[in-house]
Amino acid sequence: MHPVLKTVLGRLGLGLATLFIVSIIIFSAIEMLPGDFGQAILGQAATEETVAAFRRELGLDEPPYIRYLQWVGGAIQGDLGTSFSGRNASGTDRSREVIDLIAPRLWNTLFLASVTAIIAVPVSLFLGITSALYRNSVYDRTINTTTLTTISFPEFFVAYILILLLASLYPIFPSLANVDASTPLNERLYRSALPAFTLTLVIVAHMMRMTRAAIINLLASPYIQMARLSGASQTEVILKHALPNAWAPIATVIAFNLAYLVVGVVVVEVVFVYPGVGQLMVDAVTSRDIPVVQGCALIFAVTYILLNLIADIIGIITNPRLLHPK
Amino acid sequence: MGGNNDNTQGVVNNMSKLEYRAIQELKYKRGQIDRRTFVRSLLATGVALPSALSLAGQVAASTPKSGGRFRMGLGHGSTTDTLDSATSENHFTLVNGYTFGNHLTEVSNTGELIPELAESFESDDAQKWVFNLRQGVEFHNGKTMTSEDVVASYNHHMGEDSTSAAKGLLTQVKSLKADGKNKVIFELENPNADFPFIVSDYHISIRPAGDMASGVGTGGYILQSFEPGVKSVLKKNPNYWKEGAAHFDEVELLSIIDPTARQNALTSGDIDAMDRVDLKTVNLFKRNKDIYIWDATGTAHYTFPMRLSVAPFDNYDLRMALKWSIKRQELVDKILLGYGAIGNDHPISTANRYHNSDLPQREFDADKAAYHYKKSGHSGKIPLSAADAAFAGAVDAAQLMAASAAEAGMEIEVIREPKDGYWSNVWNNDAKGWCACYWGGRPTEDWMFSAAYTDDTEWNDTAWKTTDSAVKFNKLVKEARAELNDNKRRELYYECQRLIYDDGGTICPIFNSYVSANSKAIATDENIAANWDSDGAKCVERWWFA
Repeated sequence: MHPVLKTVLGRLGLGLATLFIVSIIIFSAIEMLPGDFGQAILGQAATEETVAAFRRELGLDEPPYIRYLQWVGGAIQGDLGTSFSGRNASGTDRSREVIDLIAPRLWNTLFLASVTAIIAVPVSLFLGITSALYRNSVYDRTINTTTLTTISFPEFFVAYILILLLASLYPIFPSLANVDASTPLNERLYRSALPAFTLTLVIVAHMMRMTRAAIINLLASPYIQMARLSGASQTEVILKHALPNAWAPIATVIAFNLAYLVVGVVVVEVVFVYPGVGQLMVDAVTSRDIPVVQGCALIFAVTYILLNLIADIIGIITNPRLLHPK
Repeated sequence: MGGNNDNTQGVVNNMSKLEYRAIQELKYKRGQIDRRTFVRSLLATGVALPSALSLAGQVAASTPKSGGRFRMGLGHGSTTDTLDSATSENHFTLVNGYTFGNHLTEVSNTGELIPELAESFESDDAQKWVFNLRQGVEFHNGKTMTSEDVVASYNHHMGEDSTSAAKGLLTQVKSLKADGKNKVIFELENPNADFPFIVSDYHISIRPAGDMASGVGTGGYILQSFEPGVKSVLKKNPNYWKEGAAHFDEVELLSIIDPTARQNALTSGDIDAMDRVDLKTVNLFKRNKDIYIWDATGTAHYTFPMRLSVAPFDNYDLRMALKWSIKRQELVDKILLGYGAIGNDHPISTANRYHNSDLPQREFDADKAAYHYKKSGHSGKIPLSAADAAFAGAVDAAQLMAASAAEAGMEIEVIREPKDGYWSNVWNNDAKGWCACYWGGRPTEDWMFSAAYTDDTEWNDTAWKTTDSAVKFNKLVKEARAELNDNKRRELYYECQRLIYDDGGTICPIFNSYVSANSKAIATDENIAANWDSDGAKCVERWWFA
């Protein structure tokens, strides 16, 4: 078997094992939450009777390991269960499948993440490479200071500043990004502009600095000096000789930031009222809608594992030593 | 003046001029006659031309206009929201429910109880209530509403397994039956003169039999789409039976939890109205010229219930010492930033019918507090649990109370509780003797008392059940409930309030106002309801674009 394929399969296996462990952690963490769905949804109105009725109906009186096996068994077959909300004892059951709840929100989140990535990744690569090229120049220093400034502020602060500038003082973009399934693409892009800018400002520094550092790190190696001695220009040295060997660390940091865009942007969602999956999960935690929390957590775990796997694979296949084994 | 004048003149001779003017004004408001005809009819009743013209202008300004897309940002809403009114619990579901649904009765914007889907209601003994239904009202699915639907809607909340939050409210109903197509008869376990108020509760929405949860109602707007925790889109119901209501063509209710995002959206014109203005920034927000801020003081209040089942709160003098040790105006100024009123240690607000205004207002009095504290014989710290889950600023309010109690020589230890599970683990729980709490208030005295003060409610958060005053209180509440004579009820309720004020376990220092903001494009009636936030949660059918 080709060593690359072998490594990839190995990584995939490890990913599945990680996922299994994560599922146990998710389940036990949720078991430890105080309060339950009945109490949470009825709030001040919860009486023992109604809470007991809810628990019976939802099967929460079964032992934990049985509920875990049921959940994992379903999840393997792509069934994340049914949300607790929307149920009622008399009349029809209006509760929704977890998949139906998560799917539109996840689609929104992925859309925002893609738009941000499409802007942020090329920009940070460009800035990273050029600042490595013109190391210690005024350009390099300006880029570094600016991106470090934007990453140092909390996201909501960057968001409010953008709203103040681009929605209030100069009303170019809307401050509400409340898209839904029927929003046409151009309207959707227009409405998501401010959240995407905010996220771009937050993640560019990390990726750009990593690109710059990876390249500069390589510039000290003997083979680069060799290339220089053979008369290659600075641009040639960086693009032809340094960059191919720098892809692994760059891919890792890009994967890390993409994962963050999917799982960690709840603050930006709240500020711009963007109906993403983070808000859904926070809501579900507050109301103890356990199937939804578990579903979201599992999807987040899969996102992390998948993106890291891809970064690993990129690292492997761009590494000449692994590509051409002796 | 042309030939029409003769006709007008003839009518005027047959009825009083004022009555005629009123009728013409109504017709003009509803657009049945034009401005010229209206001015002409004023002239015919002897009004001079300049005043007739200015009167026409005034009427036009206060006349609701149809049309427009109304977008409202609400500070509530979560993904667990449903269209089933039985689990309705936050303000988003309340406003949404009142927008597409109706109830048997309604609390008007002046606080009176008026019939809604019931045309009238009557009772001889306050125990058997007959509701005559409005005829020819259609559900959004085209079905005509009958007594069968009303009975089904009520049974939805009353079944043994019902998880409805209105279950407790309706345990008093012994039987409910339809009498023909247009009449329902309720038999109550015990007489209740306020029963018609109970049926206006937001949970008990009238839906077509067999379909309690899909959002089909009889209201002024038809639900187009509903995404829990995000938004609700509605369209005007062309067959709405209620006159002078539901003026917007389209409605979009948005859940915008973050107050800054909500205020930004209103400032940038993305929404037309919002609830729950952030009090910390209200003075800055006020400077915006395109919006106006309004507030309504209703029945909502903050309390600090002391449980009589837990020492030392079983001690009358200790309770009294604490009641005298609070700087109420300071709480209104610092916690509510002036948007509220001071309370008098009982839950009945000035917006209620039988508010006891004879009780002397309790103020901070270090001497009286110290006197009672000494008499109580208590020493040491008094624990007070608080979390901002109770109300925004609950922990700060507790700190202020601790500071003022210290002036009277008492030591209150403020315990900051987790927000999560506050209502299950802290409030109404013998594990904690004293905590912070919030009540939305109730439109009637009996309702408020039976929600939190009588000995048979699970929410009796003060456990005030066995003292002599409590026993007397429970007797009086029952007596007042069965009493149809207004004066006698007033006397009974005055006494009930005095008993809570004196012996009860609750400290009720402040009534909070609902503070909202609208774009100047939105016009409202001069009266705004205070039974719930957002004009009694019925702003969508009551407001219009000016």
